[in-house]
Amino acid sequence: MKVTLHVWRQPRPDQPGRFVTYTANDITDHMSFLEMLDVVNEELVAKDEEPIHFDHDCREGICGSCGMVVNGRPHGPQVEGATCQLHMRSFKDGDEIWIEPWRSKAFPVLKDLVVDRSAFDRIMAVGGFISVRTGSAPDANAIPIRKESSDWAFDAAACIGCGACVAACPNASAMLFTSAKIAHLGLLPQGQPERLERADRMVAEMDRAGFGSCTNHGACENACPKGISVDWIAMLNRDLLKAKLVGTNS
Amino acid sequence: MDLNARIPSGPVQEKWDKHRFEMKLVNPANKRKYSVIVVGTGLAGGAAAATLGELGYNVKCFTFHDTPRRAHSIAAQGGINAAKNYQNDGDSIYRLFYDTVKGGDFRAREANVYRLAQISLEIIDQCVAQGVPFAREYGGYLANRSFGGAQVSRTFYARGQTGQQLLLGAYQALMRQVGAGTVKLYSRTEMLDVVVVNGRACGIVTRDLVTGALETHLADAVVLGTGGYSNVFYWSTNAKACNTTAIWRAYKRGAGFANPCYTQIHPTSIPQSDERQSKLTLMSESLRNDGRIWVPKRAGDDRQAAQIPEDERDYYLERFYPSFGNLTPRDIASRRAKEAVDSGRGIGPLKNGVYLDFAHAIKRLGEKTISERYGNLFDMYARITGENPYQVPMRIYPAPHYTMGGLWVDYNLMSTIPGLFVIGEANFSDHGANRLGASALMQGLADGYFIVPYTLGNYLAQGALDEVKRDDPAVAGVEQEVRERIDRLLKINGNVAPEEIHRKLGLLMLDKCGMARNKAGLEEALAKIPVLQEEFWSSIRVTGQGAELNQALERAGRIADFFELAELMCRDALEREESCGGHFREEHQTEEGEAKRDDENFAHAAVWEYTGNGSPRRNVEPLDFKDVPPTQRSYK
Amino acid sequence: MFRVARLYDSTIGKKILMACTGAVLLLFVVGHLIGNLKIFLGQAEFDHYAEFLREMGAPLLPHGAGLWIARLVLLGAVGVHIISAIQLTLTSWAARGTAYQKQERLAFSYASYTMRWGGVVVFFYVLYHLAHLTWGTAHHNFTASPYNNVVSGFQTWWVALIYIVALMPLGLHVYHGIWSACQTLGVNNPRYNTWRRPFAATVAALIVIGYLSIPVAVLAGWVTLNEG
Repeated sequence: MKVTLHVWRQPRPDQPGRFVTYTANDITDHMSFLEMLDVVNEELVAKDEEPIHFDHDCREGICGSCGMVVNGRPHGPQVEGATCQLHMRSFKDGDEIWIEPWRSKAFPVLKDLVVDRSAFDRIMAVGGFISVRTGSAPDANAIPIRKESSDWAFDAAACIGCGACVAACPNASAMLFTSAKIAHLGLLPQGQPERLERADRMVAEMDRAGFGSCTNHGACENACPKGISVDWIAMLNRDLLKAKLVGTNS
Repeated sequence: MDLNARIPSGPVQEKWDKHRFEMKLVNPANKRKYSVIVVGTGLAGGAAAATLGELGYNVKCFTFHDTPRRAHSIAAQGGINAAKNYQNDGDSIYRLFYDTVKGGDFRAREANVYRLAQISLEIIDQCVAQGVPFAREYGGYLANRSFGGAQVSRTFYARGQTGQQLLLGAYQALMRQVGAGTVKLYSRTEMLDVVVVNGRACGIVTRDLVTGALETHLADAVVLGTGGYSNVFYWSTNAKACNTTAIWRAYKRGAGFANPCYTQIHPTSIPQSDERQSKLTLMSESLRNDGRIWVPKRAGDDRQAAQIPEDERDYYLERFYPSFGNLTPRDIASRRAKEAVDSGRGIGPLKNGVYLDFAHAIKRLGEKTISERYGNLFDMYARITGENPYQVPMRIYPAPHYTMGGLWVDYNLMSTIPGLFVIGEANFSDHGANRLGASALMQGLADGYFIVPYTLGNYLAQGALDEVKRDDPAVAGVEQEVRERIDRLLKINGNVAPEEIHRKLGLLMLDKCGMARNKAGLEEALAKIPVLQEEFWSSIRVTGQGAELNQALERAGRIADFFELAELMCRDALEREESCGGHFREEHQTEEGEAKRDDENFAHAAVWEYTGNGSPRRNVEPLDFKDVPPTQRSYK
Repeated sequence: MFRVARLYDSTIGKKILMACTGAVLLLFVVGHLIGNLKIFLGQAEFDHYAEFLREMGAPLLPHGAGLWIARLVLLGAVGVHIISAIQLTLTSWAARGTAYQKQERLAFSYASYTMRWGGVVVFFYVLYHLAHLTWGTAHHNFTASPYNNVVSGFQTWWVALIYIVALMPLGLHVYHGIWSACQTLGVNNPRYNTWRRPFAATVAALIVIGYLSIPVAVLAGWVTLNEG
């Protein structure tokens, strides 16, 4: 099959970008979306043009590297999957496909479809952890944990940090990402001692990074390749409210 | 080449304790005066950087990803072993040690493996405390499953995403140290060479992948946790960016490379559907618990699976191995699949797979039970292939997955270059010639959390390390060499994408140095690889500039190193005139077609030394088996 | 007090204040509805209710004081609600940077997209409503009887239409507002979470139907001016 691509090309962070149109010929529906881009790129290289830059790595939907807005939808037209898991069988011969980077002030474009998501790391660095010194842990079975809580914690911990939630959110808010970590750790007994400080610090850092505010659209959940629920946002809000009213050590 | 493994004396059970006592300590007040570079942020690198930072060292941590959490450890599905004996089924440290040595086909160092089994207990404790959501039973205690042919249930798991959850634990620990200022994180920064001055590793040269700027970072010690090199085969289950550059550069600066030919081929990957397919996706091995593997009896049988009657199907694993059947170890299952395909009985549109059939299991247990057990895997399969595995059998084929070979390290995980430590898959590891399932995560975390933080302190405490000056010609020279290499890549000006030649190399390696190897094939590969390499250096095109974000340049640089590595792998495979674990030499097999070891001549690690003249020197570290006497594996 | 001020520092804090003030306003909307439904009980009942509003708090408070306190609280709530909304909106607009060329609507409901402009419409409607039935400046025949003012007001078809149309954004605003406030105030339990949106929809629907009944009843002639 053959598809027409309109791809955002931007040489550098400080230079303007624009859409460039390419034709991807000779595509099979077995191919993944990224493999289709690989084919386009190899052709570009043969013509001495710079290949389309995009982040990708594991190509099985777990590393969280890839991410582009395909026809207005982060990770493209599929339910719960990263861009690398999107296959060309989701498209028809002759389709026009618009490919854009994540759009967020907090995720500046570095080149083409590659954006800088280090804001997520900064949010994590201020509180997205349990402070346990290596070697100081008690026996793993010393604290029994309700299976249900553990399962919920896992649901939240399944976040791959791709940033689709920010890309999908009409406000470019990072609430789903932040809340997933707060819920993961807050649902476990090990996470309780730092729970309020964690919410307080992570939210402050999130605001500092320039993400928008949540208006509970739910677009993030619908775009999330792992189906992370906005329910965790409610949990984050409750923790933050408590932190502000009760006060924290920080 | 000094291959003294520095194994502590005494009984195997006491070596690590004794060693920990004997190692010198760094005065806590002095720790921050020492700087340590950690390259790689997977389970091993991330855990090491976090722990070293927490101990008070001044750590610089590098990853070429945009964030440490992308490291390929994240993709491990199955689980992590630990000899906790929570199931009360007779497991013990000794049993895990025994199983690992035996599983590695008696080509691992006993003392290291015993230590790994000991530390496995602490790893689980540590990870649970970090908040890793391992599977639990209704009573609230941790659940286990049996994995990879083990007779005890010792695998801890977090759905099918154990690697992800463990990596996030290590990532969170690392980010905590970044927040605390003990670790400085350099993301999107790729290590391109090691700086060795006066025979001691004292820094690295990096390229900032966003600006293209080269920089030399100096430190008192360097730790490489840069993963394995399965991508030499092009089609592997590794992530696209996994590469050998870091360890290859270290090898060329004097680090011994041990057993490069030990590669693990995983039997249950989804076969390639298109020659332009970029990578292979693994399906969890657990599928073999209920699926039956078969191919048509007749070569060239083009019928749909459902139209092939029972008596025209060959359930070859059940036929060869009546007691283990479809659960034979990875290397055997892989080799038999290759045989079936090579005999013209492969299935699927490209005739490049074997069936993994659940029809019987569905009939016996019901679709619901199968869906409960494997639902997510079936969904994943359907998403990738567009076929419904509840209705048609899955197609599977082996794929390169893990490399047991890597840089040689002593008991302290230090390579033959003093000050250069190598951890995780990047070292030649504790797995011998074959890795058991759920052991890679264990080894990465053991090295990172619990071994290198001690042994590195011992190295630093051993005496004054002479200060290395930035303007030392030996330092500046390395950066210059890196720059010249980049310029050379940019100036080739051919018209071929580097991937195209990488694919050719992959095909050659899969064929000649993959699941089965023989003398003629290896010699042929050794003749062809330099030709491909020459083709690469004369006909590829690298677009763009050096001083910018340039993924084409990044890829080309990584691919370039694979040619040299491939050559060394073939050389090693050729010299190892025996079959063991993942290394199967067709000349050395039993009458039943099983691997035949030669303990007399090859009970050693082969450690290759770079000579610069095109013919590397093969050194050996003899392996001594005092506690687990070598036996022939049998899965009949 | 400092803590509440600190709350205002973060985007979530502002939203918590929006949720709280929204809850106050919602309570008012519900109370106002219950009171206004007295119109179906006739002029005496309705006017008596209107008088009660002025007597609220008596004899502790002087005549009309209770009503003024309520008005000040409402005014304060509206002020905080609107100021927070404006600040958050500006933050969010700035957060996107470059707009998408194509953007699929992925939100749970259409209502969430109407929040901002719907809120603005409701605000202007409230101003009109005050001018119409409280101050009387926008009323063609304003009398001392609230009952007469309502009925004669709605007997003009286009006035009734303004009210009917304005109820739509109000309903959407209340629907998304309630669900949104549940989220923001952390009313969250995995077992009951699925009930939150139906609950919000029910409350919003009851409010819209309740208020709709008054202009509709007047237009239909079920509620009329008392002769003489």
